[in-house]
Amino acid sequence: MSTDASNRRVVVKSLFGAAGMFAFAIFVLPPMYDLFCEITGLGGKTGDEYTAVDVRVDTSREVRVRFVASNNASMPWVFKPTKDSVVVHPGEPTEITYFAHNITDEDMVSQAIPSLVPNNVADYFHKTECFCFENQPLAAGEQADLKLIFIIDPDLPEGVNSVTLSYTIFDITDRMANPIAQLQ
Amino acid sequence: MAHGPATLADGWRAYIARWVFTTNHKDIGTLYLWFSFAMFLLGGAFAMIIRAELFQPGMQLIRPEFFNQMTTMHGLVMVFGAIMPAFVGLANWMIPLMIGAPDMALPRMNNLSFWILPFAFAILTSTLFMEGGGPNFGWTFYAPLSTTYAPDSVNFFIFAIHIMGASSIMGSINIIATVMNMRAPGMTYMKMPLFVWTWVITAFLLVAVMPVLAGAVTMMLMDINFGTSFFDAAGGGDPVLFQHVFWFFGHPEVYIIILPAFGVVSQIIPTFSRKPLFGYSSMVYATAAIAFLSFVVWAHHMFTVGMPIAGELYFMYATMLIAVPTGVKVFNWITTMYKGSLTFETPMLFSIAFVILFTFGGFTGLMLSIAAADMQYHDTYFVVAHFHYVMVAGAVFSGTAAIYYWLPKWCGKMYNETMGQVQFWVAFIGFNIAFMPQHFLGLAGMPRRYADYGLQFADWNMVSSIGAFIYGGAQLMLLYNVIATIRNGKPTTEEKTWEGAEGLEWTVPSPAPYHTFAKPPEFK
Repeated sequence: MSTDASNRRVVVKSLFGAAGMFAFAIFVLPPMYDLFCEITGLGGKTGDEYTAVDVRVDTSREVRVRFVASNNASMPWVFKPTKDSVVVHPGEPTEITYFAHNITDEDMVSQAIPSLVPNNVADYFHKTECFCFENQPLAAGEQADLKLIFIIDPDLPEGVNSVTLSYTIFDITDRMANPIAQLQ
Repeated sequence: MAHGPATLADGWRAYIARWVFTTNHKDIGTLYLWFSFAMFLLGGAFAMIIRAELFQPGMQLIRPEFFNQMTTMHGLVMVFGAIMPAFVGLANWMIPLMIGAPDMALPRMNNLSFWILPFAFAILTSTLFMEGGGPNFGWTFYAPLSTTYAPDSVNFFIFAIHIMGASSIMGSINIIATVMNMRAPGMTYMKMPLFVWTWVITAFLLVAVMPVLAGAVTMMLMDINFGTSFFDAAGGGDPVLFQHVFWFFGHPEVYIIILPAFGVVSQIIPTFSRKPLFGYSSMVYATAAIAFLSFVVWAHHMFTVGMPIAGELYFMYATMLIAVPTGVKVFNWITTMYKGSLTFETPMLFSIAFVILFTFGGFTGLMLSIAAADMQYHDTYFVVAHFHYVMVAGAVFSGTAAIYYWLPKWCGKMYNETMGQVQFWVAFIGFNIAFMPQHFLGLAGMPRRYADYGLQFADWNMVSSIGAFIYGGAQLMLLYNVIATIRNGKPTTEEKTWEGAEGLEWTVPSPAPYHTFAKPPEFK
């Protein structure tokens, strides 16, 4: 094979390799990271909506669930859990609320992002209903109690007696094409 | 035989055209080397501003916003503008000479890969004059600092990184093609000079990870301008993902910087020990092992983000494993010198200093790899001291050694040995005064990237600044030495500048003719 031809082969192969790594960085790494976090429960990401199966309440155990709320940098809303903590039995559906108040003069939309510690229990914390599954539009001055129903899985590892659920709300008004339409 | 290059005597138009349109590997190597030296001085000027501000506690010279831009630009310019192009320049000059090739495999692409670089750095530097200032988020540009909170100029920064990446990838493909296809008959892979070996492995690393960096900045670009949420938790993304993507590029990047430096030192030490390199094949395998391991240790930069204990242990042990092939290399360099007929010309002095100081920086790296201890060291001046020992005393010292070593071959003039040695001692002493105290500052708890500091850190900061000014002066001496050699150096026509030197580059006349090895040389 002539040098020119083998040079061309090297160029084509290397460019394919480089393009492949670029695609890997953008299209493979982020989903892989999410999948990894989902499998390991790292980052305390809780799962999506959960459909309750058989009701088997383990009354022999008590677990304290604490609630934390924080606002992302520029978010002006008042946002806090109505109760700091509750004590529940595993398997028992529990309803709690977060209080949100849009204190500004503008209609806004927020998105609440959950996080759970210790992060290895993320798989055992099920939410059958949660305001965080969708975004939360509030008109200027409006306030609301945001509902959350959760079940602690009876298979929760031994030794875990308390769990902390944290929500951070982000201002996503700018991302919504038409925040007013969201309010309707 | 083809005509020679245009000189100033042919008129300035022809002279400029020669450099702009050149496809000659020696011309392009020279362009890369001068460009990288210009960037080295620019990045050095930023460093001088940083050290001048840190000379005393309190704010004296500049505002904190500008200080942040200086630390960011210093890192970016030194890594992407000074060190990387300097070694690409050495590769362009030396690889064809070392493997007996008439030129690089892809000369036109070679021209393109150089000439887009000045534009990239013009764009990057111009951001300093824009409203809102230049990049101020650190050279690692972690999201959301570089996305949500970035100055408007961040888009120019992203574009500049894209261009640098394209340049590096093209340069690497060229080196891979040259080494694979253009070797002189008889030069098998395991007979290649070690500088060629380290560079071809570096080139593979570059092709693999520069696109990842391009991907990271592209995701930033989309988050900033097109409403995606790769790194924005509000939309379901995660800022920690940025750190994973960045360091997946960033850790191989540090070996991209240091492997060619290993290659240079592996050429110089045997020459001045008048012995063949000890353990050639183990050097090759160690280089390959380091390159492979560099892909699987990235999260040791991120022990503090929150990782399960299993992850911390894995990244800790994998990182420590890198010390093994690196130790093999250091052992081989020292064993090469053992019982050799040593002489201490300037290139050798820089190479020995490289071995000592790089090993020192390697040991602080081992300290940092201990996950539990890293909680204390993370983002302190200890880290700054560590990576300046490996990057400056590593890459820059070895680059300086390479300049003194091959300058007679490049220009046919001998540098002044006394001036060379004076420059070495000024650089060596200045460097250690500048960076040794930063270990103490870091262990005492001084965080990096701040424009001001507590009074308890005042003394060592002043010492460090004085050392930095001395080290900066040493670089001006290097510039003077090179220019003085080119203009008034003692002419040398010997093929072998150094009596102990081996290799094909020492079989061509000095200065190396514009075209060499038009007919492949005999290599046994």
